[in-house]
Order: sequence, then C-alpha cells, then structure tokens
Amino acid sequence: MSIRLHNVAKHFGRTCALEPVNLDIRDGELVGLLGPSGSGKTTLLRIIAGLENADREPAGRILFGERDVTHVHVRDRRIGFVFQHYALFRHMTVYDNVAFGLTVMPRKHRPTSGEIRARVHRLLEMVQLENFAKRYPAQLSGGQQQRVSLARALALRPDVLLLDEPFGALDAKVRQDLRRWLRHLHDELNFTSVFVTHDQEEALELSDRVVVMSNGRIEQIDTPDALYRAPANRFVFEFLGDVNHLEGEVRGGTLTCGDAHLSVALPDGPEELLLRPHEVKLATAPTREAHLPVTVTAISPVGAEVRVELAADWLSEPWLATVRHADFEQLNLTRGQRLFAVPRRWHRFPDPARQALAPETAAALS
Amino acid sequence: MSTRALPFGLGSTQKRVLPGFGLSLGISLMFISLVLLLPMTGLFGQLAGLSLAEYWAIITDGRVVASYTVTIGAAAVAAVVNGAFGLLLAWVLVRYTFPGKRLLDALMDLPFALPTAVAGITLATLYASNGWMGRLLEPLGLQVAYTWVGIALAMAFTSIPFVVRTVQPVLEDLPVEVDEAALTLGASDGTAFRRVILPHLWPAIVTGTGLAFVRSLGEFGAIIFIAGNMPYETEITALMIFVKLQEFDYAGASAIASVVLFVSLALLLAINIWQGRFIKRLHGGRG
Repeated sequence: MSIRLHNVAKHFGRTCALEPVNLDIRDGELVGLLGPSGSGKTTLLRIIAGLENADREPAGRILFGERDVTHVHVRDRRIGFVFQHYALFRHMTVYDNVAFGLTVMPRKHRPTSGEIRARVHRLLEMVQLENFAKRYPAQLSGGQQQRVSLARALALRPDVLLLDEPFGALDAKVRQDLRRWLRHLHDELNFTSVFVTHDQEEALELSDRVVVMSNGRIEQIDTPDALYRAPANRFVFEFLGDVNHLEGEVRGGTLTCGDAHLSVALPDGPEELLLRPHEVKLATAPTREAHLPVTVTAISPVGAEVRVELAADWLSEPWLATVRHADFEQLNLTRGQRLFAVPRRWHRFPDPARQALAPETAAALS
Repeated sequence: MSTRALPFGLGSTQKRVLPGFGLSLGISLMFISLVLLLPMTGLFGQLAGLSLAEYWAIITDGRVVASYTVTIGAAAVAAVVNGAFGLLLAWVLVRYTFPGKRLLDALMDLPFALPTAVAGITLATLYASNGWMGRLLEPLGLQVAYTWVGIALAMAFTSIPFVVRTVQPVLEDLPVEVDEAALTLGASDGTAFRRVILPHLWPAIVTGTGLAFVRSLGEFGAIIFIAGNMPYETEITALMIFVKLQEFDYAGASAIASVVLFVSLALLLAINIWQGRFIKRLHGGRG
C-alpha cells in the first residue's frame, strides 16, 4: 500500500519539529528516514502511524493508497509499529504477545482460536522463534525480543510496517544480522515499510530509497546509490560518510594551500573542496596535477580496507584515506612515513549551501 | 526490585569487595532487635502467664469477636475503596500534567504526617449530626459518625497513601510505548488498560491494598472519636486492647494483640510470596 503525505507539519508548543513535508512512498517500498537526532524523523514516522497528530494549520493530508487516514485513529489505521525498545508486554508469554492483536479484535471479526494458534505459530516460525513460544520476554536476548515485536506487528497483516530505530538498542553483530534478515523478509512478504535510523550505513544498506532529514526538513529523497554519488547539498554529503576538507585560494587554475597545490578548473577566489576517504589515493611521488605532501599518523586495518590517518601543516584537520590491503602492502606503509595524496575526484558545494550548514550541525556530524 | 542476596557466612575467609558488610549488618540486626523483636518478645512474655484455655477464652469472648467482625469488615471496605481511588490518584499523578500537580502529590502524604487523633476529631466533628457533612447527609438517612461507615471512613483516610505510593513508582516505570503498542495492535482504550496496564500494576495494587488493610486493622486514634464505641456494634479490636489495658489486664490485652499481630503477619507474608512470584516472571526467572 502506498503512503502519501501532503503538507504535513508539526509543532510542539512553539518549537517546530517538522516543517510542511511532502512525501510519496510507493507500494512495496522499503524507505529509510535518516537524520541526526532532532531532525524530525521520528516525529514524521509517528505522524504516519497516528501516534502523533499533525498540525491543523496548515491542514496536511495522509493517504494510505486511496484511503485518507488523516483523521483516522491509530488503532484503525492498519499499521504495524516496531518500537526501539521493543515495548513487549512483559507479563505475557511470547505466544500471547504475538497473538495480542488477534485476540483483541471485535468478536465478529476475530478468527477462531484454532486459526489464531496456526497464525501465531507461522509467525513465530518466520521469525525463527517457534521454540520460544512459552518463554517470557525477559528470558530472551535483545535481538530475539525485537523479532517477537516484529512478529507481533505483522500478526494483523498491516498495510504498512513502521519501525522506529528498530536496531538501535542492539549490538553491532546482531544489528547486521537482523538488518539482512529484515530485508529478506520484506522482499518475501512485500509490505510497504518505513523505518527511522540515525545510522547512515543502515539506511544505505537496507533502503530502496532514503529520506535524509535535518532540522525538521527533508534534504533529499533518493536511492542509496544516487544519494551517495549525487548528494543534493553539503549536509547530505557530510552526513553520509567521512569527509576530508581542502580549503585554499584558486589562482589561474591552481588551488594553493600552504605548500600544497592542486590543479583545478575553477574560477579564481577562495574555494573549499570535499573528498571521501576512498577518493584519496596515496603515492610516493607527486603528480603533475597534485602536490599534496602528507605524513601518516595512524593506521588501522578495518575489515576489507586499511584506514590511514594523514596530517600536514597545510591541513587544519587530519585527512582520512582508505587503502586496499594490496596497495597497503605494496606501499609498505608505516607510521611517520611521508607520502603524497592524489585526489581521484572531489566535490564542491558552492557558498549558499555552505552557509546553510550551521556550525552546530557540523559539530554534530564529526 | 531484583534484590540479589549477599552471600552469607559472616566468618567466611573470602574478602568482600563492598566494605562495611559486617558493621552495617550488625547495626541493622541490633536496631531490628531493639525496635521490633524486643517488644514482640515482651508481648509473648505476657502471654506466658495464660493457660491455653484462658487464652482461647479471652480471644473468643463474644464482645471481642464482634470487634473482629467490625474491624475486618470496615478495614476490608476501606482497603478496597482505597485500592480503586489510590489507583486513580496514582494514574492522574503520573500520566497527566496539570497546574497544582506537585501540591496534590504532596497532599497524598498528609495522612502520614497528621497525628491520627487530629484526623479522628476532625472527621467526628465533620460527620456528627450537627457537622458540615453530617447535616447534609442526615436528611438522606445516611449516618456516618458512630456507625461502621465512619470507622471505614477513618480507616480509608489514614491508609490512602499506601496504595498511591506503591502504585505510583510502578506506573512511572511502565513506558508509554507499551500503551502505544497495544493501540497500534487495534486494542480499545479499555482493553489496553485491562490487558496491558492493569496486569503490570496488579501486584502493586494488591500490595498497597494489603498494606492499607493491615494498617487499618491496627488503627486506633483516628477511629475511636468517630466510632461511637457501642459494644457489639462499633467497637474495634484496638479499642478492646485499650479497654483491657485500662483494667490492668495486661495478659488479656496481649492475647488480643497477638491475634491482630498474627493476622497482619500472615497477610504480609502471603502478599510478599505472591508478589515475588509475579516479579520473577517479569525478570525471566531470575528473582
């Protein structure tokens, strides 16, 4: 079922939590709402769920398919909601938790107890907890509890599934597994889902499309791929990963910064270039276009790549470069080694975007 | 709420990391002995002068038995009424914000702070047939002062904080999300309350009500002024003890007091065991 938001805004007292927002989510899509804390992403999700009412002025509209649910109570919206801290009913067994939605239905719509039992067992099988039906939530691990809460949310076959930082309270490994598992489940059952996260990796890995938010505004809506390659503004670029800054003065097609210089096809004037860590190549000698001398200050092999920290007089903040293990061995990198950085490519966001980025946002990103 | 018992054995050679165990436990036990156990031993010492038959005769005396009925009946009514209103008060204090909330919260403790005799006199004047409330209720045929209704009223007044103060923290601990989860699953407000919130509060409500009941069994000061103290009708057990004491019948007074003590202890123990079992379930079998 598709979700359409038109002109939906929210104030808490005088503070604006959400500026008027328009959003179209297609049927069967898995969409991530990504942003730092206070960006309005959870408020937006709770408005979709009906746990929060949007402002009356301006009058926004929320549609599930063709059904206008703007004034429909949360219990009648046919949504499934997964909470960050699971919100399981602790005095009920796993079975009773999952069955809850079915057992509270009005008697004339309620399935027979045999049907309920069959359905709950199917759901528990799906979340791989069929042997835990008689346990209480406190006897399960965090990951298992979150799977129970997912099964509970899916028991009523909701039109849309909404997840509020579903993996936020879990440790890294479990989070990875659950993320993949949710993706599979989504592809299999093909429901429309929206989830909130502040973890860019999670958003990029899990979503069909990502909605990047900051300060109660939607900054960009795009596929993870497009988002990473063509960020709409500097905020999105900086929020989606580590960033290296190169500030200097352009004169005659060369950007100079201390004893470093780089050939660029830009007009004269002050300039700031941004580079991703993987866009920085390391070499033992400068090239014709780039003369950026750096010193290796730290080396940490993380997963498939080696992260190298670089410092130099002309840099206010150290750079970060990621190098493949093969290149790492070939260069024979050691701490204190002097090398030359060669940008593969760079990005720039001209002034208006730069001013849009408030200093406190920048601090929150680092 | 999950108290993990410290490993016992004072003379154990194993060095404890938390300091002061011996000293603090020693002082605690001494305090308990002086304040709690010694007077109780004294009570049983008084009983030693009675034969079993004499003891039985005292505690089954017709006037005393009538006082049990009055006391237990009134205490039960007071406890149940307090259970319902205490839950409501706790709910209002936790779930909503409104001007004067802090004041209302502080007022809850007033019955603890107020001397019970003051409460008793106030209630008696208020509900006597020429008092403010009594004057309004009399024409309706409702007599509060000098009946068991008055006794129950005085009991309810002195024991309301027990329910409010036991339910309040439990309700504060219950995240709003649990409520919201029930609503997203299609539960009506009533169903959500009955099936999700109430089961969580149930142990606290029972404990609070139980404490209120036990407190009411022993209440004296607040009740005697409003009870009227008519033999066989509005005499409470605590008054019977007092009467025996005035007759210098210490053994008789102790005998009746021991009945109140046993009933109270048994009730408290039962509540504790039952509540422990429930809490165990919430914490996944780890007590």
